[in-house]
Amino acid sequence: MDADRHDVTLTVNGVAYRRNVESRLLLSDFLRHDLALAGTHVGCEHGVCGACTVLLDGLPVRSCLMLAVQANNHELKTVEGLAGTDGAYHPLQQAMHDHHGLQCGYCTPGILMTMTAFLDEHAAPSEDEVREALSGNLCRCTGYQNIVDAVMAAAMRMRS
Amino acid sequence: MSTRSFGEPVRRNEDRRLLTGQALFIDDVELPGMLHAALLRSQVAHANIVRIDVAKALQRPGVVAVYTAADLGDYWRPGPLLVPPPPIPGIVFNERTQVPLAKHKVRHVGEPLAIVIAESRYIAEDALDDIEVELESLGAVVDLEAALGKASPLVHDDIGSNVSAQVHQAKGNYAAAQARAGCVIRRRFRYEHGASSPIETRGVVAQWDGRGNQLTVWDTTQAPVFIRNGLAAMLNLNERQVRVIAPFVGGGFGPKIMMFYPEEVLLPWISIKLNRPIKWIEDRLEHFFATTQERGQIHDAEMALTADGKILGVRDVFLHDGGAYDPYGLTVPINSQCTLLGPYVVPAYDSTFTALFTNLPIVTPYRGAGRQHGVFVMERLLDLAAHELGIDRAEIRRRNLIPPDAFPYDNEIIFQDFAPLQYDSGNYEPVLDMALEAIGYGTFKDQQTRARAEGRHLGVGVACYVEGTGIGPYEGAKVQVQSNGKVSIATGIGTQGQGHFTSFAQIAAEQLGVAVTDVDVVTGDTDQFYWGAGTFASRGAVVAGNAVNEASRAVRQKALKLAGELFECAETDLVIEDGKVSIVGIPEKFVTLGDLARQANPMRGAVKPGTEPGLESTQYFGPPRGATANGVHAIIVEVDPRTFDMKILKYVVVHDCGTVINPMILAGQIHGGVAQGIGNAFYEKLSFDDQGQLLNASLADYLLPTALEVPRMELGHTVTKSPLNPMGIKGAGEAGAIPVGPLVAQAIEDALGLPARGVELLEIPLSPSRLFELTKGAKPLP
Repeated sequence: MDADRHDVTLTVNGVAYRRNVESRLLLSDFLRHDLALAGTHVGCEHGVCGACTVLLDGLPVRSCLMLAVQANNHELKTVEGLAGTDGAYHPLQQAMHDHHGLQCGYCTPGILMTMTAFLDEHAAPSEDEVREALSGNLCRCTGYQNIVDAVMAAAMRMRS
Repeated sequence: MSTRSFGEPVRRNEDRRLLTGQALFIDDVELPGMLHAALLRSQVAHANIVRIDVAKALQRPGVVAVYTAADLGDYWRPGPLLVPPPPIPGIVFNERTQVPLAKHKVRHVGEPLAIVIAESRYIAEDALDDIEVELESLGAVVDLEAALGKASPLVHDDIGSNVSAQVHQAKGNYAAAQARAGCVIRRRFRYEHGASSPIETRGVVAQWDGRGNQLTVWDTTQAPVFIRNGLAAMLNLNERQVRVIAPFVGGGFGPKIMMFYPEEVLLPWISIKLNRPIKWIEDRLEHFFATTQERGQIHDAEMALTADGKILGVRDVFLHDGGAYDPYGLTVPINSQCTLLGPYVVPAYDSTFTALFTNLPIVTPYRGAGRQHGVFVMERLLDLAAHELGIDRAEIRRRNLIPPDAFPYDNEIIFQDFAPLQYDSGNYEPVLDMALEAIGYGTFKDQQTRARAEGRHLGVGVACYVEGTGIGPYEGAKVQVQSNGKVSIATGIGTQGQGHFTSFAQIAAEQLGVAVTDVDVVTGDTDQFYWGAGTFASRGAVVAGNAVNEASRAVRQKALKLAGELFECAETDLVIEDGKVSIVGIPEKFVTLGDLARQANPMRGAVKPGTEPGLESTQYFGPPRGATANGVHAIIVEVDPRTFDMKILKYVVVHDCGTVINPMILAGQIHGGVAQGIGNAFYEKLSFDDQGQLLNASLADYLLPTALEVPRMELGHTVTKSPLNPMGIKGAGEAGAIPVGPLVAQAIEDALGLPARGVELLEIPLSPSRLFELTKGAKPLP
């Protein structure tokens, strides 16, 4: 096989990894299957549903629209890195639990990553701003209302 | 502390795994030596297969095997009929079920022609391009009326027509009703439902263990027990040799219960052949063709009324698009036929449908499962009659509601569960009143007038529905006290986000006096619970929930009996709470449930004859027929008369599903249903061309509603218990989705003053561009 392969060095959730990958390997597949960080979910593989959202150097990106090699020398954060090492929820995870912001939970990791990044930038968002920020993530179960409530509640808790 | 949890908005037990990325979904299953499958699917809707040449694919490094229909030998056979036709006199049903790989002919775009097994999914997909296929294109059957024409190509040549089924059901005498009517409304309605589009697509992992002689299949199915039984039969294995696990499933909404999907048939067989585990995960493009969907019906319907708006009868003749095969029998069109009657007194009903084969993906139930189509026809007929007779839209509904003293109410026709369509209980008028009050119906006219003065176009809508839920045959549950005092529950249904890990725990916690968090629920693993039917028809909470209740009650009785013997007292002197059985009034005299469980499994001595070891019980529950839930949705929309963009300003749902186990979970079910209903009404349209090609097969083109389109919802509940199960529960899973189409159509008509302008909205889905077309040439806005 003459597939071109590359060394990739990156950190995910503070852990350093070095792997040799095919150039065409999607970042989402790399995280899920090569690094066994399967909490990042794949819903559409064309960048619409947002389920695969991870943070690249703190900013949300669709891991299905990136190649693993493009993450070389970058710092990633996935849903596995949200809770504290003691298992304590991030305020948004806690609020999602409290407000029933998830049903099947498949879109949830992408929503958590998108909206934690949003909350880092918007300490006191309006409901309209939350809905706008959330509109790049599709959820088929909840009708969004409880997710919106959870994000608003998390914002309040993070301010206090 | 165990406080009362039943009926409370208890937060979910399953959340932690889902929120931290630790829940096992199908694509998370990783096994040593696992191979990957990709399917070559037809790009043509209807064609004869001339030649498939896989030689080049087999030469590609990393490819392990390629199979076509010819390679399957005796294993190739049409799938089972999932639901046989109901016992309705005169019924016509032509059974043509799907096949694992197309042989001789393809009948819809996406039908699989070959399967490649390779060391990685990437290689398997590369190899699809290596396969040479020669197809001889036949004309595609797409249009429902043309499908009936003499000149139409035939989807299944041997039938001699494209008729999948014909069913006539009636009550009363419609002709007589029509003859004495003060008003007859007759229209043609088109209703299209779409693709369920769970965010997780389907997937199958099959692992044959040659040493253990055991097949394990992980499957995103909603019905693991049926898959286990069917696979055992197909593979000539004992059922005990097959274990089917439905892990966490990322949304189902109906299509994940279709069976057998070709991949469910192929992967286990190939895993046995190759003695290697194999994974297949559907991609989003495949999902639009390879997973079942719902689509259209055309209704020619007529309603006869008295001059004061009382329904005398309804006559309906409709065509139903069933797609290329009919493995799910008649469930969808029967639901349309039955649910049309709604919460109303309809003395005469005459309904005939013809289900048709088309060269389009297979139609099976998707949340609502045909109920939407019927409700649309009924609700629109009432709106048209109200306009014709000069009666208020809410008032005409009120005049026709079934009165509370008329239950059980017999509609005299046969429902999808083969039982008579008999509503068990209900009290409809308060539900309508609550919804009208909440939406501000009485003062809306003023609000509308004020808005119009500002150049804004507001409209109100109100729609009623009933939902047959919680049908049989049965479910079971095993409830077991562990030696650590915690409780475990196993049941045969699968779960796709409905909160079963919590609602079933609440039921057991109530009986056994333990904390909800101390109850561990397993669903969807056939080795944990052997029997069951599945999660569909809003039945999980009703049927499995009652089984959990029965089993928990039996365990409670066992615990009381054992503790009574221990303390040498009467069982009535004992109380179960906080995980302990104690003597009433003497809380220090107690034994923990864990200790009782250990004592019930002694190392020495004898278990008395007629008793069983362990503190456990397995019980089953089967209702005589479905429980009928009901509700009213009300909406206020604002429509831009130039762009036809619609904004939902207010949305109200008032609903009665009997006893509520967990109002938080129930609200979530309603919210999600409404969101799917809004998608169906205004955004989601499967656009097939006349060759059967889907023109919008991506989530960028098939528009699921986002947080910007789905409004905040206001919910209200009334409780009319079902007499058909001890807990008085009715199902709620589909309620949110059912009446949104007619509601939106009605409100848009109102906002744009369409009735006075000679425009009627008689179809769903609507969209800005469709509204533009429909209103072209209409009288101008006043």
